[in-house]
Amino acid sequence: MNKLQNFRKNFNPTSIPLRKEMLTLSEEILKKNDFPTTKNEKWKYTRLGKLSRLSLEKSKDTSTIKKSSEKISEEAITIEIINGFVNTISDLPKGLIIKSLKDCSKKELAFLGENIHLENEVFHCLNSLYIQDGIYIEIEKDTKLKEEIHIVYNNLSINTFNPTRLYINSKSFSEANIVELFKSDGAENSFVNPVNEAVIHENAKLSITKIQNEEGNNFHIGSDTIYQKKDSFFKCNTITLKGQFIRNNIYVNINGTNCETHLNGAYLMDGKQHVDNQTKIDHFTPNCESHELYKGILDEKATAIFNGKVIVHPDAQKINAFQSNANVLISDDANVNSKPELEIYADDVKCSHGSTTGQLDENAIYYLRSRGISKRKAQAIVSQAFIKDVFSHIDSESSLSYIFKTLEKQHNWEFLD
Amino acid sequence: MLSIKNLHAKIEDKEILKGLNLEVKPGEVHAIMGPNGSGKSTLSSVIAGHEDYEITEGEIIYQGKLINEEAVEDRAREGIFLAFQYPIEIPGVSNINFLRAALNEIRQSKGEKDISAKEFMQRVRDKSKLVDLDQSLASRSVNEGFSGGEKKRNEIFQMAMLEPTLAILDETDSGLDIDALKVVAKGVNALKTKDNSTIVITHYQRLLDYIVPDFVHVLFDGKIVKSGDKSLALELEEKGYDWIKEINVPSL
Repeated sequence: MNKLQNFRKNFNPTSIPLRKEMLTLSEEILKKNDFPTTKNEKWKYTRLGKLSRLSLEKSKDTSTIKKSSEKISEEAITIEIINGFVNTISDLPKGLIIKSLKDCSKKELAFLGENIHLENEVFHCLNSLYIQDGIYIEIEKDTKLKEEIHIVYNNLSINTFNPTRLYINSKSFSEANIVELFKSDGAENSFVNPVNEAVIHENAKLSITKIQNEEGNNFHIGSDTIYQKKDSFFKCNTITLKGQFIRNNIYVNINGTNCETHLNGAYLMDGKQHVDNQTKIDHFTPNCESHELYKGILDEKATAIFNGKVIVHPDAQKINAFQSNANVLISDDANVNSKPELEIYADDVKCSHGSTTGQLDENAIYYLRSRGISKRKAQAIVSQAFIKDVFSHIDSESSLSYIFKTLEKQHNWEFLD
Repeated sequence: MLSIKNLHAKIEDKEILKGLNLEVKPGEVHAIMGPNGSGKSTLSSVIAGHEDYEITEGEIIYQGKLINEEAVEDRAREGIFLAFQYPIEIPGVSNINFLRAALNEIRQSKGEKDISAKEFMQRVRDKSKLVDLDQSLASRSVNEGFSGGEKKRNEIFQMAMLEPTLAILDETDSGLDIDALKVVAKGVNALKTKDNSTIVITHYQRLLDYIVPDFVHVLFDGKIVKSGDKSLALELEEKGYDWIKEINVPSL
């Protein structure tokens, strides 16, 4: 029995009535495969050895547990998920449907997984086959949500596998701003595996801000697969504040003309924390633009990986695609692997990519200190200045203030603005 | 105020200051002049506490305390201010927010309360007027996109905001036209009191028409080789520095 078969031997398949073909295919792929190793280009710098050796159970149903998690805002529509189970959903305004996957009809579930790649994606297969709970969100046609939707994932479990699924259906001319907060409270050796899929219909706008602030020794491997139709807008901000092992995969398929896509990320890691951001944007159609900006600050023995791929397919003319990754290493032991990639098969496009890794500007720190500011604070000020253009893409005020508060607590950052 | 005795300092393995002596009393303005490479900027960096320079011998005594080993921020909190020859641009850090942070750290180090927002903004208005610094520059990123003259005025603006006891102006006149020079000098003169001191480091006599020194020192090859009153500056202007190199005057 290989590691993967051993890993999943205690898991029972999902009880949610998902599409048979998806489940059968997932099982087939899992049977044939093992955990990817560093020989696999996509996993070159992220080792799965420790995860594969864990002996995990699926989490017990926590949907009736009374536990209210820390919220980012009282005004937002809030969904609480504990150990992967939907716990509470606040009152919904007109034009918005949110339900637990367990409460969805077969018809609603028929679309689940239709854009998710299973081949060569062991973690998509594990998620599909073992989904324990998740959320279906539909923003109805012409609905422009004033309130933000906040999903708080709280992990309290020890030695469990928590596969969740989020399906977002942004109907034509709708607008929504979703914030996902990943936290853990006393969790150890758990494997959090959120898989998101979103379809953004014509002229719809969807923004997602992920805030990862996970305590303890846990594993997080998540993915987002986005399908954009024409004239749509998608933005995803991934802010990693804490996490022992975090892997984020974002796949954006742009299948209509005149789309706009923004992927931003900021990561601030220390200790032995590890974050791996993988993005892939496929431009299948002409006259679209995509922007990618990832920045990180790494201290102590932290490691970060950025691998961003933009593929401009034949016939996808008049594409503007920009990608940039910048890193600051505070200590000699911190480590970054940055790999921006462009594959262009069309001839009338404007694309650029760049990657930099360096230290904080010593002259700037000296200048600030010469005015009476302590070394630590001067470093914090220069770090903030470096990373704050990523934060400027976050539309949610309450998320920003949560991020600032957390950074203040974790890194003694006092924000000047 | 400041007493420098037999100061030797090096950067990497190059000795730049080779036994420098200087005595500055409260209320005095000292000008330090000298040819390129004589050690003028090194002296200002060493007094301010730049870590790239190593003091190998001698003493810097400020307000009765030996500060050879003190960190740059501690010196700043005790009232030493260096107006940089080349002010650093710091994109993304707003000028006034950074000044507020600096002012509060200085106050905290003295056990004082933080400045109130109202009082702070009033001070920004008053002091930016003093150096004709556009209010919008005060709130922009530190020195980013500032012209040479604006950067120098911003240094004096910061000085005005922080109210130092000992100000060192490192080639503040370089790159300034005569009007900008007058503005900067006006600012410096307005900040002068009987309790604080100023060291003006300059290559040319021009600035000293506007900031009138009590003493003029000539720095050459890491030592002060000649001291005098303001007439010495005029003499230097007339004769150039070459005659200094030829005469051998013992340091004071």
